Amino acid sequence: MDLTLTPNQQAIAYLVSAVLFIFALKGLTHPATARRGNLFGMLGMALAIGATLLGAEVQSYWGIAIAGSIGAVIGIVVALRIQMTAMPQLVAALHSFVGMAAVLVAIGTFINRHQAGTLNAVLMGELSAGIVIGAITFTGSVIAFAKLQGIMSGAPIKFAGQHALNALIAVATIALAVHFAMTGSVWALILMTLLAFVLGGTLIIPIGGADMPVVISLLNSYSGWAAAATGFTLHNNLLIIVGALVGFSGAILSYIMCRAMNRSIINVVFGGFGTDGSSADSAGAVAAEKGVKSASVEDAVYWMEDANKVIIVPGYGMAVAQAQHSLKEMMELLEARGVEVKFAIHPVAGRMPGHMNVLLAEADIPYDHVLEMDEINPEFQGADVALVVGANDVVNPAAKEDKTSPIYGMPILEAGKARQVYFLKRSMRPGYSGVDNLLFYQDNTSLIFGDAKDTIEGMASALKGGGH
Amino acid sequence: MSESILALYVFVLACFIGYYVIWGVTPSLHTPLVALTNAISGIVLVGALLVTGLEEAGFLASGMGFLAVLLASINVFGGFLVTHRMLSMFKKKK
Repeated sequence: MDLTLTPNQQAIAYLVSAVLFIFALKGLTHPATARRGNLFGMLGMALAIGATLLGAEVQSYWGIAIAGSIGAVIGIVVALRIQMTAMPQLVAALHSFVGMAAVLVAIGTFINRHQAGTLNAVLMGELSAGIVIGAITFTGSVIAFAKLQGIMSGAPIKFAGQHALNALIAVATIALAVHFAMTGSVWALILMTLLAFVLGGTLIIPIGGADMPVVISLLNSYSGWAAAATGFTLHNNLLIIVGALVGFSGAILSYIMCRAMNRSIINVVFGGFGTDGSSADSAGAVAAEKGVKSASVEDAVYWMEDANKVIIVPGYGMAVAQAQHSLKEMMELLEARGVEVKFAIHPVAGRMPGHMNVLLAEADIPYDHVLEMDEINPEFQGADVALVVGANDVVNPAAKEDKTSPIYGMPILEAGKARQVYFLKRSMRPGYSGVDNLLFYQDNTSLIFGDAKDTIEGMASALKGGGH
Repeated sequence: MSESILALYVFVLACFIGYYVIWGVTPSLHTPLVALTNAISGIVLVGALLVTGLEEAGFLASGMGFLAVLLASINVFGGFLVTHRMLSMFKKKK
């Protein structure tokens, strides 16, 4: 029995697969349709793989079966075990795989076509694009992974002449690509590939840990362009379509993240903004010196238990302290007393786009309690308590009031408009921008020092115990 | 029109689809969006299959294809599964 698909049958299968991928992304318009969307994506992928395997070009199956099975097992085990707080690292690792796969496919195609004697300048130009984008994606993602995982310091690495060096490497890479396309020189190919790998690293090291939401989005975009470039070399429209979809997805996310910080993409990529924030200082003493009020867990509970509305502002500190589950418990206790509890999310809170939403969802906090900046900002005015858990810059009024502040112009969550503001903080150290938070000195603000998780657990038990 | 120009047509039009579809994604699902696009960019697996499966492929090319199939499969399986896991957590109030 011959199941081999004709090229036209295969093309139709690819078309259906592309449509399924579009529906998959469309599904993410709303949480209610999102799971169905993911299912469409899986179907699209299964169809694409099936149609490729049944096509006339694929003749030997053993290598594919072995490599595919190993990859599947690794992928499934990792996906089942990964902690939600480690999602940014996982995503960075997966981006690096796409980049490397694109490089390998391009070089493999070169070797196969070289043997068959069917190389031409256009094809070699396309191969170069695939290799360069793939290689930059690979090393860039490896660096991002190392920074997120804490293998490498999150602080930006800067040195004199950095931008000039990057520009030099980029120009050399392009020159080698042109030379390769014109002459087919294997040396030019190898050198170009190596330089592109280096460039991926040198482009990402100056970007600080807290700018990771932009880096993740950018690398997401690159991985898409790498897939599209592979599509050009193989004349495969499915890869081109999917690559464009993913490429644009990452590009739009990068834009949204930059807008949420009021910085240009150029500024983020070349800026080397932000610190690792690893300086230690004694919390209470510095606080008193600066005229900041500190409060106890009981003070905050006193205000919250009879409140009409409490708005919680989570930030990266919540993820670090793993405080989301305790927050859920506290939310339920407050709701049992008739208090309305909402969560306010700033677009760049956390280490990747939407990071906070996933952590709150993991803790079983219903998504209709979790609101985006534009939706929640008008509500702070009517809130009795704003509880800031591990966030800092995103609520700093300096962004609106102080024209000299480096974060001036950044849209913020207007937590300061609530009647009482409580900051859960480990120490007095400023946010990643290194800017002092004006909100600390506001009359209605108090700081509660300590580990966020312990503090919230304390609040929860006070709410349980202190019943009326 | 050469095949490469046709590919360029497809690419540019697909970019527009990407632009409009992605703006519709709700910000609360941005992490699942990154994970899902990650999974579907595992589509380079198709390219890897074509390199590896070629009967005349030499040792070096099939080796590279083998590694590419492995890496891309991690993306496909890991990406879709982790997206599913995340999306299952998003619940409305009971």
